[in-house]
Amino acid sequence: MTTPRTDRSHWNWLLLLPIAIPLIPALYNAVEPRLFGIPLFYWLQLAFIIIGVATTTLVYRMTRRNG
Amino acid sequence: MTTEIVVFAVLFLLVSGMGFVASRWRRPDNLDTLHEWGLGGRSFGSWVTWFLVGGDLYTAYTFVAVPALLFGAGAMGFFALPYTIVTYPIAMLVLIRLWSVSHVHGLVTPADFVRARFGSPTLALLIAITGIVATMPYIALQLVGIEAVLKTMGVTGDLPLIIAFAILAAYTYQSGLRAPALIAFVKDALIYLVILVAIIYIPAKLGGWGSIFDTVQAKFDATPAPGDGILLNANNQLQYVTLALGSALALFLYPHSVTGILASRSRDVIKRNMSALPAYSLVLGLIALLGYMAIAAGIKPIGTDVNTVVPQLFEKLFPDWFAGVAFAAVGIGALVPAAIMSIAAANLFTRNIYREYLKPDATDAQEASVSKIASLVVKVGAVLFILLIDPQFSIDLQLIGGVIILQTLPSVALGLFTRWFHRGGLIAGWIAGMGSGLLMLYNIANPATKHDHFGGSAFPLAKLGLDTKMTIYAGFLALIVNLIVAVLGTLIARAMGSADGPDATSPHDYVAERGDPSVHDLEVTSST
Repeated sequence: MTTPRTDRSHWNWLLLLPIAIPLIPALYNAVEPRLFGIPLFYWLQLAFIIIGVATTTLVYRMTRRNG
Repeated sequence: MTTEIVVFAVLFLLVSGMGFVASRWRRPDNLDTLHEWGLGGRSFGSWVTWFLVGGDLYTAYTFVAVPALLFGAGAMGFFALPYTIVTYPIAMLVLIRLWSVSHVHGLVTPADFVRARFGSPTLALLIAITGIVATMPYIALQLVGIEAVLKTMGVTGDLPLIIAFAILAAYTYQSGLRAPALIAFVKDALIYLVILVAIIYIPAKLGGWGSIFDTVQAKFDATPAPGDGILLNANNQLQYVTLALGSALALFLYPHSVTGILASRSRDVIKRNMSALPAYSLVLGLIALLGYMAIAAGIKPIGTDVNTVVPQLFEKLFPDWFAGVAFAAVGIGALVPAAIMSIAAANLFTRNIYREYLKPDATDAQEASVSKIASLVVKVGAVLFILLIDPQFSIDLQLIGGVIILQTLPSVALGLFTRWFHRGGLIAGWIAGMGSGLLMLYNIANPATKHDHFGGSAFPLAKLGLDTKMTIYAGFLALIVNLIVAVLGTLIARAMGSADGPDATSPHDYVAERGDPSVHDLEVTSST
């Protein structure tokens, strides 16, 4: 190993998405449109889980060390 | 009614049996070190870690209290969902560094890390005490979860509760962290089963989601309280966001979360888990909506105990035997976190009080036996808490716990990235954060529960002289005070030339990986 190891990676910036988006009520604080009768406030926040899983999985894969 | 109790009791006893057998799982040569008893040999892979950390963070109290929040206040209670989405990406970056440095230096608790990083036994003691004080009421609240279930089944008196906790205490003593790790599998299987059935079966019986939300809307429209409703209003949005963010930051500062993380085998396991744990968030979000289903089903809490609404919903709508399964899920859901929390609190006492101040030359075996006894004391304390003091007091204390654990953030979480802070500045910041946090909580009244003080965590900004009805999470504001004082204190200490503590760690310790010569692999015991 010649270069010192680091946790820094450009991919980490992606993690800002699942941190910031759920903290902006303007995006989801409404009743319409409903999904299966569920107001936007509830189903959209549940859908944010997908952003969380997708970004953390991607960052995990891209920053994985060999070996 | 009897079917319910029989199913509950059989599942509960079955799981307790597993707790005792767990000491033979992955057969260590002996359990007499903290790394074995308190961290399960530090050898847990992805699956076990996922169940363990999940079992740790999503507790019985969560299952009854979060829906109870929605039942009472509406949209505000849903903060638990963004909170658990936000926490993992943050934790992903922070906890891998804690894992590395802990493995290089043989650290067991967050206070161990602070001791090594800032060379200050005083600061480490403050962090340890904060951890223990924040964890105790949390354990007590697990009992509130079991109590809500017992109440609904019509079981009265204190004896069943004492028996449940005595069994828990016995197998934790015997098996250490291996017990909750093994039980967590059953707990999660039951919870997923119950939730899956609940979100399909109950809405169908109540006329669909649309009608559930319409009933809820009508209920909140009819109440005089200004803060409730199925959406946030202009005044509680800031509270919603700061509470979600503050709770997300606090989550991984709790000693029991750190215990779960340090028990994992490698950095890779932790990272992978941070992308897999949000599966629990989905369950939590759905569980939260049970509160609305309870409104639509016309459930009334037993007495003033709003935590009974979910158990009552199950009892009213499920067939008897399945209600028993659901109650067992909640009951077992209480045992897993209670075991991990008591182990974490015991480790803090052993490492940062007993070994630091009472017996510096303690052997590994002595540490393990002190921890085992301390874990018993912690649990007896939790039972006494519930039996002798109004359970509402535990709920208040839990609220305070979240605020105070957040005050360890500068030392623990920021300490993992920078050594810029001076130990004096961190101590001053801790004192300022604690003081302002408690002062704010003291001044929050809750007319609904007739509390003049400690009535919630929503601090009205009007009390600071601002002309607004907005509220903010008290813990978040206290953390800002803490950070400002820590920065100023550091600058002042440097200017005065005050001696700083030695740093026992070096930058490459924070990125150490399993297999490095510096990482003490404790896997010898499970290499068979």
